Amino acid sequence: MNKILVLGDEAIAQGAMDAGLSGVYAYPGTPSTEITEYIQKSKEAKEKGVVSTWATNEKTALEGALGMSYAGKKAMACMKHVGLNVAADAFMNAAITGTNGGLMVVSADDPSMHSSQNEQDSRFYGKFAMIPVLEPSNQQEAYDMAYYGIQLSEKMGIPVLLRVTTRLAHSRSVIERKPQLPQNKLSLPSNPKQFILLPVFAKKNYSGLLGKQAAFETEAEKSGFNKYFEGKDKSLGIITCGLAYNYLMENCQDKEPEHPVLKITQYPAPSEMINKIYEETDELLVLEEGYPFLEEQIRGLLNKGKKVKGRLDGTIPRSGELTPNIVAKALGMSVNKGYEIPSVLRGRPPVLCAGCPHIDSFEALNDAMAPYGRGRVFSDIGCYTLAALKPLEAINTCVDMGASISMAVGAADAGLVPSVAVIGDSTFTHSGMTGLLDAVNKKSPVTVFILDNSTVGMTGGQHSAALGHIEGIVKGIGVEEEHIRIVKPLRRLHDENLKVYKEEIEYKGVSVIIARRECVQTLNRRMKLKFANKKKTQNVVNN
Amino acid sequence: MKKDIILGGVGGQGILTIAALIATAALKKGLYIKQSEVHGMSQRGGDVQANLRISSKPVMSDLIPEGKADMIIAVEPLESLRYLNMLDKNNGWLITSSNPFNNIPDYPDIEEVYNEIRKIPRHVLIDANEIAKQAGSVKAANIVVLGASAPFIGIEYNYLEDAIKDIFSRKGEDIVEMNLKALKAGYDFARENK
Ligand SMILES: Cc1ncc(C[n+]2csc(CCOP(=O)(O)OP(=O)(O)O)c2C)c(N)n1
Ligand code: SF4
Repeated sequence: MNKILVLGDEAIAQGAMDAGLSGVYAYPGTPSTEITEYIQKSKEAKEKGVVSTWATNEKTALEGALGMSYAGKKAMACMKHVGLNVAADAFMNAAITGTNGGLMVVSADDPSMHSSQNEQDSRFYGKFAMIPVLEPSNQQEAYDMAYYGIQLSEKMGIPVLLRVTTRLAHSRSVIERKPQLPQNKLSLPSNPKQFILLPVFAKKNYSGLLGKQAAFETEAEKSGFNKYFEGKDKSLGIITCGLAYNYLMENCQDKEPEHPVLKITQYPAPSEMINKIYEETDELLVLEEGYPFLEEQIRGLLNKGKKVKGRLDGTIPRSGELTPNIVAKALGMSVNKGYEIPSVLRGRPPVLCAGCPHIDSFEALNDAMAPYGRGRVFSDIGCYTLAALKPLEAINTCVDMGASISMAVGAADAGLVPSVAVIGDSTFTHSGMTGLLDAVNKKSPVTVFILDNSTVGMTGGQHSAALGHIEGIVKGIGVEEEHIRIVKPLRRLHDENLKVYKEEIEYKGVSVIIARRECVQTLNRRMKLKFANKKKTQNVVNN
Repeated sequence: MKKDIILGGVGGQGILTIAALIATAALKKGLYIKQSEVHGMSQRGGDVQANLRISSKPVMSDLIPEGKADMIIAVEPLESLRYLNMLDKNNGWLITSSNPFNNIPDYPDIEEVYNEIRKIPRHVLIDANEIAKQAGSVKAANIVVLGASAPFIGIEYNYLEDAIKDIFSRKGEDIVEMNLKALKAGYDFARENK
């Protein structure tokens, strides 16, 4: 089975597995989730003993991967772009320690914010950490680059960042696999001080990293992923980054582009190639999915050189993902227009599922908060964030994972009493626990609702690290036992639950209400599976 | 040969099954494909869409350019209108189920929706639920819509049948038969009513 039909995400997973991966470390997040899920479902990975359990957050994931690299094996850490913020401390310092076994970090960006809080461009992180960055343009390249990236990491002794964006992550195509490489054997780093970032050692490592920069760039010029296509019409040179290349080629249907084209998918940016296209053309057009990362570097702060067109001069919209037509317009080509969208069309925003436990939680919360007025409910990220919309309109904030509790504490400090935090079970263990400790240490007058649907609902029902631990954690952090309340969010228990909510909101210290009822989607799935298994055993018995 | 297909519906209505069936059929015929899907946030009762591109030459963009889709296949009538800006005015086909999925407070009068669909010169509006029921289960409504699209996909019908056998075989012979019946019923309807 050398050819397979896979998502871009799955191509990355398969490429890493074929490169001899021993473990994937990840926290779910659109559009990165399917990388790890693919490995979790893979028979091959199971046979080879590839570690693939979900981590508690992106930082623990990246550190887990670094630990595996320390022990000599090949590891991968996967996350969505904002997850790399959470893992940033580990990420930046892993560039200083360097690696033993190969280590690839995958960050999946979401330009146009299809399901994210922002559209940050992970290539900046790669440059910030001064490590090689790979940005595949299609599924085959996603596979090839995962395969190559882990080996590049081993060759250079440095972590490698692989950046994808939503369209490639969630688009399927056929890829061809390469020969499977073996996993590494357990081995300690040859230099026992390599991973000790005391200043005395860190300085040495850092100058080592600086010393490798030229080699990273040579690799980007020579690896074959960055390609220069000659073109007769030198009035314009076109630089594409990542999958922007596809949109360019889409518009040159069936013929070679007339202009010189530089296709970039590996960084640090290959300056020799860029110099060539800059020198031989009259002006440049830079097409990139994400921020004007390369465009800004080429154009420079003063913009005194040749004309560089892209997102900064308005040739391309400043935000949002590229489309074939945006690129066509940038090339001065005419575009097709479809039918007018009729005015009877209505929006159909995502909603909480019928029967979702969060609905009952928020109905009671809305009633409990009514006497205090609006603006006091600090929420977090998950399915429950949909309570911001009609009809519930129950929450006032959603910023970054874990922010609900810490923001409620800060607002209470400012005098907004009572302040209430609402956080999901997975988000609580991801980043909420530390905020709760702040609250306890300050004796803040806040009430924290942990909406425990026993799964990571938003991203499709992955295993929640919080499962079975919440009461223990909350108690351990120091919340008084009589102010840890457990309710079952059900419509018929509304009045009973409301009474608990009111009591704890009135309490002038830290209280935690755990609203526990399983997500109906995971419940249905579990029941179906149970039923199917029962049927299977029955068949076995009957036979 | 090249077909650019937009699939539209509401989360959970089975548009990815339609996409997987067409993709399987296309691969059996030796074509290139790219299939871009929406995952995540928009699956919870919100609108979902997929871009499916099949061609005898390698496909470049994962997204179909605006105004160039050869077909819109929708399993919900209101959703069929959402992507009209993508449909090629010169020869694009709109194939949609007539059965509304009403989970929003301001769902328009369904007759107005049908009127807009009927304004598209090349369209098939099909009562997929009813036809699927007759074939054995309303759950096969998406397969009925696929059947109704079959005359325009540019892949021989038997490849689609083979794809159904492939994909549903692990669910048992009955399910395969039912889906084949649903496919055929949709196919016949479209050929009579196009
Ligand atoms: C740093 C970061 N990582 C991942 C995500 C993606 N994400 C959004 S919500 C969520 C999980 C929510 O789970 P939970 O708190 O249990 O709430 P539920 O969706 O189950 O209601 C994830 C993984 C994110 N937005 N930010
Ligand atoms: S997936 Fe689960 S938690 Fe999310 S809205 Fe649906 S029932 Fe609620």
